[in-house]
Amino acid sequence: MLGLNRKDFLLFLVVTFLALFAPILLNPFPVGSAMAQFNAGYPDLMQRFVIFGIFAIGFNILFGLTGYLSFGHAAFLGVGSYSVVWMYKLLDYNILPGLFLAIVVSAVFALLIGFISLRRSGIYFSILTLAFAQMSFSLAYSVLTPITNGETGLQVYTSDPQILMSGFSPSSPHLFGLVMNDSSYLKFGGWEFTFNNGYYLCAVVLMVAFYLSIRIFRSPFGLMLRAVKSNQTRLNYTGLNPRPYTLAAFVISGMYAGLAGGLMAAMDPLAGAERMQWTASGEVVLMTILGGAGTLIGPILGAGFIKYFENIFSKINDSILHSWFAFLPDGLEDAVVFIIHPFIGKGWHLTLGILFVLVVVFLPGGLVEGGQRIARLFRRKPADKTDNDTSAKTDPAE
Amino acid sequence: MGILEVKDVGKRFGGLQALGDVNLSVAENSCHAIIGPNGAGKSTLLNVLVGKLTPDTGSVMFDGQSVLGLSAHKINQMGISRVFQTPEIFGALSVLENMMIPCFAKRDGSFRMHAIENMMREKDIVDWADRILADVNMADKRHMHAASMSRGDKRRLEIAMCLAQEPRLLLLDEPTAGMARADTNNTIDLLKQIKSERDITIVIIEHDMHVVFSLAERITVLAQGSPLVEDTPENIKGHPKVREAYLGEAAA
Repeated sequence: MLGLNRKDFLLFLVVTFLALFAPILLNPFPVGSAMAQFNAGYPDLMQRFVIFGIFAIGFNILFGLTGYLSFGHAAFLGVGSYSVVWMYKLLDYNILPGLFLAIVVSAVFALLIGFISLRRSGIYFSILTLAFAQMSFSLAYSVLTPITNGETGLQVYTSDPQILMSGFSPSSPHLFGLVMNDSSYLKFGGWEFTFNNGYYLCAVVLMVAFYLSIRIFRSPFGLMLRAVKSNQTRLNYTGLNPRPYTLAAFVISGMYAGLAGGLMAAMDPLAGAERMQWTASGEVVLMTILGGAGTLIGPILGAGFIKYFENIFSKINDSILHSWFAFLPDGLEDAVVFIIHPFIGKGWHLTLGILFVLVVVFLPGGLVEGGQRIARLFRRKPADKTDNDTSAKTDPAE
Repeated sequence: MGILEVKDVGKRFGGLQALGDVNLSVAENSCHAIIGPNGAGKSTLLNVLVGKLTPDTGSVMFDGQSVLGLSAHKINQMGISRVFQTPEIFGALSVLENMMIPCFAKRDGSFRMHAIENMMREKDIVDWADRILADVNMADKRHMHAASMSRGDKRRLEIAMCLAQEPRLLLLDEPTAGMARADTNNTIDLLKQIKSERDITIVIIEHDMHVVFSLAERITVLAQGSPLVEDTPENIKGHPKVREAYLGEAAA
């Protein structure tokens, strides 16, 4: 269906289902209950899940398929955001022209950076991309202030031309009048669910982005990219030129990043240079590896996982811990809280770091491999015999 | 005029004259072996032929066109395929996927952006790949992970990948190096089969005399960077100069 084989189509349906029902699925705890702080179903966070999912899907097309590790993808994220805010300033708050420009500009930018960086491979390629991204960051922060508004960040002022703006147009980002900030609410017993326009726009874009990535993975082009990763010598001696293939992959993943950056500005009409900093480039690398580089769904899982930690885990503080362990005798309660303390709140990085190390050491294929192992464990019980052909079949990128 | 004409080729690495005045003419649809003791310059010559090295002097013409200074993929697209000493295959891919890549390269050239089509629905490519796999008796290994196969099967796959491109010249660099006797004989049989079924010129570099004498129609003996003798296998066997180069003067 949709030009996908059965297995891929099912995967696509799963992602569609998760994206459409995330506001419900991520809010499993009633408002006001002790666990309510673990609810992730609020618009701001859900938008971030999806936007970083798109960013990671694109990154995976380059890193997962060709093995070229870019450390500068945040540059395209920033370029996308600036493009969208500029369209707000020049035209009006409709996000469509901005998103279109974001994709085009980041493609041109990626073509330029990729053309130079791809003359080298391995660590030299990574360093070149990192250098370009840091240059972009520094330029955006200082020299290019007329375009980027420097440290203040780019935003819309009342003095901006906004030539398409009329008395009726909304004064915040919208899609043909559908205001991104607006939400509808559903109350159901103790639960409350928020359905936000902006989130649903991002979710639709995610579905399209994910669909395209499946098509690319299964295409002859995707095959060539995997061949680049596997053996460039053989590729050369098979009459194929790896350079245009890797450059095309670089540009495509740059466009994904530009789109993600554009969506950030579509949710919140601001763009700052810090979006281009190397920590942001590193984050998408972590997401992809944590979820499973070279797998279809891995980057989305990784993005969700890291963003959940960043936003939810970091909110747990000592008083919450005390309330959880109140049933313990006083001295023991303090001891337990003391031990857990470094891993929560501002210490969430520590927990994430440990998890990352564990995943890389024990599950080199990321969370997806973890899932596959668990699935195999369950499958083994009914029929031991099928193991042979499944292990042969599950290997190629999925 | 042969399909491959090497004229006065010389290559120097620092103080070492790796190749000096190499002249070689390979007739179309023949099997030509290049033998010689270690350090005779066999691999250097092969690297010149595929564009990996550019010689200091001389010319290399394939079918009337110079190959010097061209990149590897361009030389391949002219119709020259190479088999490596250690099999170079796409280890991370399945056998069928390995086979499909040269088929795409043959059909679409060195680059084509086909990012949306489903590769398994390119029926002509899949059929083509399957046909070659059947030709080399590997149809049953279609779904295997290429890296998990034996050395002999990897070699077989590599040769099959070269064949899929229908090359006019196949260069083999010690195709049986490090192989067990059984695998060596299988490889010889495969190459004989290829020779009898196709219009193809084969240039083989080999240490193993058993392989050379089972396949070659002409043999060039290389010693210290230049050709010593070129003749038929029967004449080479008893040639005093060859014995000298291989075994030292005392034996001769």
